[in-house]
Amino acid sequence: MRFIIRRLVFYAVAAWVALTINFFIPRLMPGSAVEDIMSKFPNLNPAAYKALEAMLGVGHPGSLWHQYVNYLNDVLHFNFGTDVTEYPAKVSSLLAQTVPWTVTLVGTATIIAFVIGTGLGILAGWRSGGWLDRVLPGLTFLQAIPYFFLALILIEVLALHAKIFPLGQGYAGGDIPGWNWQFISSAFYHSLLPAFTLIITNVAGWMLTMRNVMITTNGEDYVLAAQAKGLPHKRVVLTYAARNAILPQLSGFANALGFVVSGAIVMEIVFSYPGVGLLLLNAVTSNDYPLMQAIFLVISFAVLFANLIVDLVYVFIDPRARARSA
Amino acid sequence: MTALMVDTGTKPPPEREKRERFGAWRRLPPKAKVGALLLGFFILIAIIGPSLAPYDPSYQNPNPSLSLNSPSAAHLLGTTQNGQDVLSQLLTGVRMTLELAVIVGLVATAIAVVVGISAGFLGGLWDEVLSLLSNVFLVLPALPLLVVLLGYLPQKGETATILVLAFLGWPWGARIIRAQTLALRNRDFVAASRETGEASWHVIVYEIMPNEISLIAASFVGTVLYAIGASVALAFLGLADLNSWSLGTMLYWAQSDQALTLGAWWWFVPPGLVVALIGTALVLLNFGIDELGNPRLRSGSGTIKVGGKWWGQTDPTPVLSQAQRRPSRAGSFLHSFSRESLTEGPTEVAGPVP
Amino acid sequence: MTTTAAPGTQANTSQTSTGQSGAPRWRGGDNEPILEISDFSVVYRTGRGDVRAVDHVNLSLHAGEVVGLAGESGSGKSTLAYGSCRLLRPPALITGGRVVYRGRRLGTAVDILSRRPDELASLRWREIAIVFQSAMNALNPVLNVRDQILDVIEAHLQVSKDEAMQRLESLLDFVSIPRQRMKSYPHELSGGMRQRVMIAMAMATDPEIVIMDEPTTALDVVVQRDILAQIVELKERLSFAVLFITHDLSLLLELADRVAVMYAGKLVEIASAEEIHHEPAHPYTKGLLNSFPSLRGPRRELAGIPGTPPDLRNLPPGCPFLPRCMYGTAACHDIDMSLAKVATSADPEHVTACPFVLPGTPLPLRPAQGNGADAGAPQTEATGAQ
Repeated sequence: MRFIIRRLVFYAVAAWVALTINFFIPRLMPGSAVEDIMSKFPNLNPAAYKALEAMLGVGHPGSLWHQYVNYLNDVLHFNFGTDVTEYPAKVSSLLAQTVPWTVTLVGTATIIAFVIGTGLGILAGWRSGGWLDRVLPGLTFLQAIPYFFLALILIEVLALHAKIFPLGQGYAGGDIPGWNWQFISSAFYHSLLPAFTLIITNVAGWMLTMRNVMITTNGEDYVLAAQAKGLPHKRVVLTYAARNAILPQLSGFANALGFVVSGAIVMEIVFSYPGVGLLLLNAVTSNDYPLMQAIFLVISFAVLFANLIVDLVYVFIDPRARARSA
Repeated sequence: MTALMVDTGTKPPPEREKRERFGAWRRLPPKAKVGALLLGFFILIAIIGPSLAPYDPSYQNPNPSLSLNSPSAAHLLGTTQNGQDVLSQLLTGVRMTLELAVIVGLVATAIAVVVGISAGFLGGLWDEVLSLLSNVFLVLPALPLLVVLLGYLPQKGETATILVLAFLGWPWGARIIRAQTLALRNRDFVAASRETGEASWHVIVYEIMPNEISLIAASFVGTVLYAIGASVALAFLGLADLNSWSLGTMLYWAQSDQALTLGAWWWFVPPGLVVALIGTALVLLNFGIDELGNPRLRSGSGTIKVGGKWWGQTDPTPVLSQAQRRPSRAGSFLHSFSRESLTEGPTEVAGPVP
Repeated sequence: MTTTAAPGTQANTSQTSTGQSGAPRWRGGDNEPILEISDFSVVYRTGRGDVRAVDHVNLSLHAGEVVGLAGESGSGKSTLAYGSCRLLRPPALITGGRVVYRGRRLGTAVDILSRRPDELASLRWREIAIVFQSAMNALNPVLNVRDQILDVIEAHLQVSKDEAMQRLESLLDFVSIPRQRMKSYPHELSGGMRQRVMIAMAMATDPEIVIMDEPTTALDVVVQRDILAQIVELKERLSFAVLFITHDLSLLLELADRVAVMYAGKLVEIASAEEIHHEPAHPYTKGLLNSFPSLRGPRRELAGIPGTPPDLRNLPPGCPFLPRCMYGTAACHDIDMSLAKVATSADPEHVTACPFVLPGTPLPLRPAQGNGADAGAPQTEATGAQ
C-alpha cells in the first residue's frame, strides 16, 4: 500500500512539474520572441489577443504568483483557454473531440502489441536456440523503423495499390459521427491499418525484451529448482520463469509508454487520423500556442495515468512490492 | 627442489596470448559487428556524402518535366516536386541528421554521466533530488514537450534543436548509470579504495568509471538513437530548420507535397529507409554491447550443440554418447539405403539396464 | 498419512516378484548401491576449450547412508552431484560414464543418462530430491510456501487436494514451521526458516536420495546447528540416503558415514568418516584437516594448503595436486589417479588415489614447495577438526 502512495505522490509531483513548465515556458521567452509571436496574429479578435498576452505574460496582468494560481485554477477546471486559430472554439472542446480517437486507437493497439509480443517472447524462452535467433536481426530492424515511415509504406502498398484498406481518415467521408452501426463499423475499418502499423512496430520490441528477460530468468536458481522438482515443463516455464520475468517487462512497458504515445501521435498524421496528432500538426503550423500547450498537458496526464495503472498491476502481481515499505 | 617446480599449465603459451588479442574483434557478438559495420557505412556517407552528391540538393530545376520523376539514369533516386535530386538530398541529409544526433548524444551522455555517478556515489539528499528530477522527466512524454519548447523558439536551427533534445535526453542514461554506480559503490574494491584514503574523485575516475564503460557506451548509443528518432519526428512535424537538408526535413517536404498520394515513393522511402537502417545499426550495436556484459544473452550462449541438436537451459544436461548414438528416424531411414548399413550390426538401444 | 507408503516403510522391500513388464524385479539387499556412478566425466564446453570439471569418477551411495562430498570451490563436487541427475546447465556436457539408480520403490534399475526428458521428470524429486544452497535463490519469489510445496506433491503423488494439504501440514510440522506461515512468501521468512522450507519440500515426496548442496553455508552458526540437527532427525525417521556436499570437512566428520574427497574433478580419497578424521591417507585430505584450528588442545601454527587450484582446461598428466603437495615427487606425473585400497586402514573400503602416501607417512625432511611451516619435523596426523 505504501508503495502505491509513494507512486501517487510521485505522479502528483510530475504533474505539477508539467503544469509549471507549461506555465513558465511562454513567460520565459526573450522579449524579441514575444514580439515575434504576437506579430504572427495581426488579425486577432481583441479578446483573444488579450488572452494570448496574458499567457505570454505581457502587459502586466498581475503578479507572477497571482497568474500562477489563476492558471492552476483554470487547469483544474479543464479550462485551457480559448483557441487562437479557431476562435472562439475552446481548446478543451477541440481536445474532447480528438482525444477519444487517439486513446482508443493507441491504447488498444499498444496493449495488443504488448500482449502478443510478450507472449512470443515467452515462447522464445520456452526452448533453446534455433528458430528465434535466426529471426532476431529482422525483428531488430522492425523495431527500429519509425512508426510513421512504416505507415507510409503500408499505405502505399496496402491502401494505394492493393486497395485493401482506406487511405486514411477516421471514418468514411459521408458518415455522421454517432452511435450507429454505419459509423462504428466505418471507424473500425479505418482504424485497422493504423492499428496494424502500431502493432507491428511495437511487437518486435516487446518480443525482444521479453526474450532477453526470459533468458536471464531461466538462468536463475529457482528455475533450476523447478526442473529439479520434476515439474511439467509448462509449469516451469510459465509459473516459475515467465511469472517472474514479466515483472521487469512490465516496468519496461511503463517506461516506454511516453515514447510509444509520442510516436503514435506522429503516425496519426500520416493517416490523417482525427486524433491528437493531427491537432498537434495544425497547432504547430498555425502557431497555436494555447493548443500546443494543452496537448502537452493532456498527453502528459494520460501517460501518467497509464503509468499508475501499470503500477497497480505490478503490485498485484509481485508479492514483494506489496510488502515493500521503502 | 627443481624437480618439483612443475608447470601447472595455467599460463597459456605466448603465441596463444597474441592470438587472443586479435581474437577480441572475432569474439564480439555478431550482432555488434553487424551494427558497427552498418553504422560505419553511414558514418562514411555522412563524411563524404555531400561531396558525392551529383547535384545541389536545394537546386530547384525550373523545368516542369523534371518534376517528380521516378528514378532514372540522370537522377538515381528520382526528383522531388520542385525538380530537386533526391539522391543529393539524401547524401547531404545523412550528415546533418547524424551530426545532430551524435552531438546530442555526447552532450546528453556527458550530463547523464555526471548526474548518474554523482547521484549514485554521493547518495543522500543529492541523490533523492536528482533521481526525482530524472524520473519526472522520464515519465513525461518527450515529444509533446519538445514540440512546445521548439514551437516557442524563434529560430528552429540546429543549436536550438540540439539543446532541446539534450535537455530531455539525459535522464534515461542518468538513471542506468546511477543504478550501476550504486551497485559498484558497495563492492569491496571500492570500499577498499576509500579505506585507504583515496580522494572521492580518484575513486570515481579510476575505480568506478572503468567498470561502467560498456554501460556508458550503451547509454550513448541509446541516446543517439533517441536523438535521431526525435529529430526526424520533429522535422516531420515542421519544427526544424526547413531550409537545411536532413532526413527529417526531406520527409516533411515529401509529406507536405503529397508525395504519398502522388505515389512518389522514391521521395519518401529512401530517407525513411535510411533512418530505419541507422536505427537498426544502433539497436544491434546496443544489443551487442548488452551481450558483451551479459554473455548469456548471446544466441547460443545459454545453449550447447550436441549431436546436431541444441540443448538449452531448460533441457536436461546432454550426454555425449547418447546424442551421437541415437540418430533421428529420418536419418536412420535414409541410412538404411546406404551400403554401410548392410554390414552393420544391430544398433545399440539405450534403455533401462536390467 | 496418504495413499502412498508412509514414510519410513521402504526399508524392507527386498522381495522378488515379477513386475508388470515381466522382467524379474531387482532382488534388493542392502549391499547393492542405490546410486552407482561409474567412470563419470563432465566437461564445460567453453569458447576457450573444454573444462574437465569431473574426470572419471566412481562413487556409490547405499540406502540410508550419508556420504559426504568434500572439496574446494571448483573441485567438481557440485558438478558431480547435479550432473548425475542431469541438472547441469549449458555449456555442461556429460562425456562419459554411467549413472544407475536402483530405487527400492521402483524395483528396476534405471540408467539415468539414457532417459528421455519426460522420463527424467518422473524420477526427479520423487526419487532424488535436492536441498539447494541458497534458499532465497532457490525458492520462487512470487509463489508462497504452500504453493511451492504443493507443486511437488501434485506433480508426483496422485492424491486428493485434502490429502495433499494434510501432507503439507505434517511436513511443516516435521520441520517446525508454524502452519500459518504456509501463506508466506520467501522474502517474508528468515534464512533459517527458508532453508527448512526447502528441506520440507525435499521430504514431500519421500525420496530415496536427498542431495544436499551446502545447505548450511549461507547460514550463521547457531542456525546451522539447528538445521543439521533437523536433517539428522529426519533421516532417522524417513531413512533416506544423503549426498552431502560441502567445502567444510569438519561438518562431514560429524554427520557423514562415509566421506569422499574431490580435487580438480577427480576423487582422491573415500573412507569412513572415522578413518578420514583420524587416519587420512591422501595428502590433500591431510592438508584439509590441518586447516582447522581446534577449540581445545595446544596452539599450533595453522598450515593450510599453499597454492591455488589448477586450471581445469590444461591439466598436466598425473596427479593434479602435485604442485601443492608436500610429498610430491617426479614420479607423481605418471600415476593414473585410480583409487586403490589402503591396506592399513580399519575401514575395508578405504581407498586413495595416492600410491605413495599412506596414513602415518611422515613428511619428507625437505618439504616439496618450500612451505616452511613444518620444515624438518615429521608430521603426525594431528587433526584440527572440532
